[in-house]
Amino acid sequence: MSTNTLQNDSRPARRHMGLRVSRALSNTAIYTLLIIISIIWLIPFVCILLQSFRVENTHQVGYVIPQKWGLDNYVRLFQTDFPRWYLNTFISALITAVLQTIIVLCMSYTLSRFRFKMRKPLMRLMLILGMFPGMLTMIILYRVLKDLGMTQENSVPGLILVYVASSGMGYYVSKGFFDTIPKSLDEAARVDGATRFQVLKKIILPLSKPIVIYTILTAFMGPWGDFVFARYIAFGTSKGMNVAVGLYNWLNKDQISKFYTMFCAGGVLVAVPVTILFMCLQKYYVEGVTGGAVKG
Amino acid sequence: MKQYTDLEYLKLSKGQRLLYRIAGFFCSIPKKIGGLFVALWNLIKTAGSAIGKEVSDIWSTFVNGDWKTRLSFLVMGFGNLARGQILRGLLFLLFEIVFIAYMILAGGYWLSMLPSLGKVGPTEEYNIIFDTYVTTYNDNSFKILLYGVLTIFFIIAFIYTWRVNVKQNQMAEKILATGKKLKSGKDDLRSLVDDQFHKTLLSLPLTGILIFTVLPIVFMVLVAFTNYDGTHDGYYNNLFTWVGLDNFNTMLNWQSAGGGQSYAATFGEVLSWTLMWAFFATFTNYFLGMFVAMAINKKGIKLKKVWRTVLVLTIAIPQFISLLYVSKMFAKNGIINGFLMNMGWIQQALPFWEDPTWARITVILINIWIGIPYLMLITTGILMNIPQDLYESARIDGANAWQQYTKITLPYMLFVTGPYLLTSFTGNMNNFNVIYLLTGGAPTNPDASSAAGAVGYTDLLITWLFKITTGAESQYYLASVVGILVFVVVALISLVVYNVLPSIKNEEDFQ
Repeated sequence: MSTNTLQNDSRPARRHMGLRVSRALSNTAIYTLLIIISIIWLIPFVCILLQSFRVENTHQVGYVIPQKWGLDNYVRLFQTDFPRWYLNTFISALITAVLQTIIVLCMSYTLSRFRFKMRKPLMRLMLILGMFPGMLTMIILYRVLKDLGMTQENSVPGLILVYVASSGMGYYVSKGFFDTIPKSLDEAARVDGATRFQVLKKIILPLSKPIVIYTILTAFMGPWGDFVFARYIAFGTSKGMNVAVGLYNWLNKDQISKFYTMFCAGGVLVAVPVTILFMCLQKYYVEGVTGGAVKG
Repeated sequence: MKQYTDLEYLKLSKGQRLLYRIAGFFCSIPKKIGGLFVALWNLIKTAGSAIGKEVSDIWSTFVNGDWKTRLSFLVMGFGNLARGQILRGLLFLLFEIVFIAYMILAGGYWLSMLPSLGKVGPTEEYNIIFDTYVTTYNDNSFKILLYGVLTIFFIIAFIYTWRVNVKQNQMAEKILATGKKLKSGKDDLRSLVDDQFHKTLLSLPLTGILIFTVLPIVFMVLVAFTNYDGTHDGYYNNLFTWVGLDNFNTMLNWQSAGGGQSYAATFGEVLSWTLMWAFFATFTNYFLGMFVAMAINKKGIKLKKVWRTVLVLTIAIPQFISLLYVSKMFAKNGIINGFLMNMGWIQQALPFWEDPTWARITVILINIWIGIPYLMLITTGILMNIPQDLYESARIDGANAWQQYTKITLPYMLFVTGPYLLTSFTGNMNNFNVIYLLTGGAPTNPDASSAAGAVGYTDLLITWLFKITTGAESQYYLASVVGILVFVVVALISLVVYNVLPSIKNEEDFQ
């Protein structure tokens, strides 16, 4: 490196010129790259949108631009169980968002703020539990829920129960956030005679808006993408499916030629509201994800 | 192996140091195993002495206590009630009544059936009136196992509560002896939002985890030692029962049972692909994501927000839509092949999902499409935290972009995101969605046809597990064995990495 330094120092003027040219060059390269990346990233979404308006036939074709445009696919969606799936997913997402947020915040706040005897063993236990594939537990949960009458047609309460009950295990991101709020704030309030509950209500919660929104957002988005648990709990009953399971079945080998374009239309109807919501709250999501990764 | 002194160690390059640490870890394994036994022995010793202490403590409480305390040994909460702590006393008493009632009415039965998991299966009897065979369902192995485990949990909880009850009497006696007053029920309730607030906050989440995670995991681990499957569902067709280690023998046996390759060979294949997949999925995403983040963050690049938003779309849109659609795009009659053929670049459709190697490469590539946006978001934040003067002084010293990257950016990133890389590696090992929605494990591996679950070339352990449970035979016991092995592998990797990682950060550092 030392030889480099000498060379560069001895030719300051030329180095300056070279820098400007090379910067312009590298910027052009980066722009080209970013444009290519954007195209690759957008192609599937553009395709799915275009295919949802294609009405000349319903099966998969090798071209993108429809030969005949129309809303038939969207209209026909409402003659299937799709609205029911949509409603199932929406309700379970909404209730999960509320309950899961409460549980996750309780858990992470406690583990961040309190020092009690069982704290470390508890965290270690949850780390170990997290190493078991969660899917395994589905076999037993399905049978238990079936005994409770929460499967098939009545899948929504069962789904909510499954999503919410174990959500305390996902405390890492919000614990990381609470860790960054100075403890001196709590202590000052405690000295002034506030109870622990008042500290949480009056001091911590107002400061925690970003992490609350992050938790609500991720909890709300979870059920929209859940496939495994929903499929188990619906167990082939169309009325109990969520959008993921229902639309997945449309792409089965024997269904795909009939439902391919309708899958696209359904996908668009699911993606649009979720995407808009996500884009509006993107800032909070980025904060949460970044914080979570740094704290491990 | 050669031990370096600190000074020699510092002379090594980065790569050598890592190798040295890894080698050091493996060389220390025998010592660690020895240490494990010592630790185990110490654990037993401490546990023994702790139990001994508890017993002697309980005994001395009984001998030295007054009659209220002694009666509390039998009637829980009596001491509390007699000393005026009505709320606590009633709760203890209620718990004891519920426990005894449960044990008499149900718990005793479940516990007694646990060793056999049910004796009488469903029976068929000829019914003269209806002129048909009527099936009577008798024992339910599934419920016996489930409630048996629950009953054991309940007994442990009862013993713990009983011990707390004894301790409280002892403490109450002590407090009264000094002339102070005991806490009233009102004080107890108030402390639940104050000193004991953590108990209030944790009660709901922990109950959920206990019932919906711990109990199912214990149950499923036990299933690995039974023959629970579709034809032995424990109630409707046949009972299931304990089979010892048979299932592990099946899974880890190198001898094939009747044609095809053995289970162990299949397992080995799936495991090695799982590890390969996790490695590529983690590191391609990591480096490419970092690269994209750096490209967007570069000085002089405009429209930063637009680029980011385009990428973030893949996070916003539910994965099942994007993945299912992309999987169809790469199908034989999909858009990609159609486009390439229309352009005349290829004559035949490319076998994206039909050829094992093509399929494996395609899933890794599509996973890059899914994963880069996350990494872009994560690394953007961290990249901005790197002190800019580091780069400035490097530039003054004449370091080029590559040197700046390898000497400043990369070490910093690796240091900060080390734990994240580990969790993302194990997360990818269990990345069900990407594999299942893209390929469903296809193309099927003909060599592994003797194994349950129609193993394919892109199947991870986790998708294999899922396929075993949903197949015609639903061999839950095998799925459970696979699940346990997944746990073992993940735990081993985590253990090794945590031992090799240079910095295991203390969580208190951030406070």
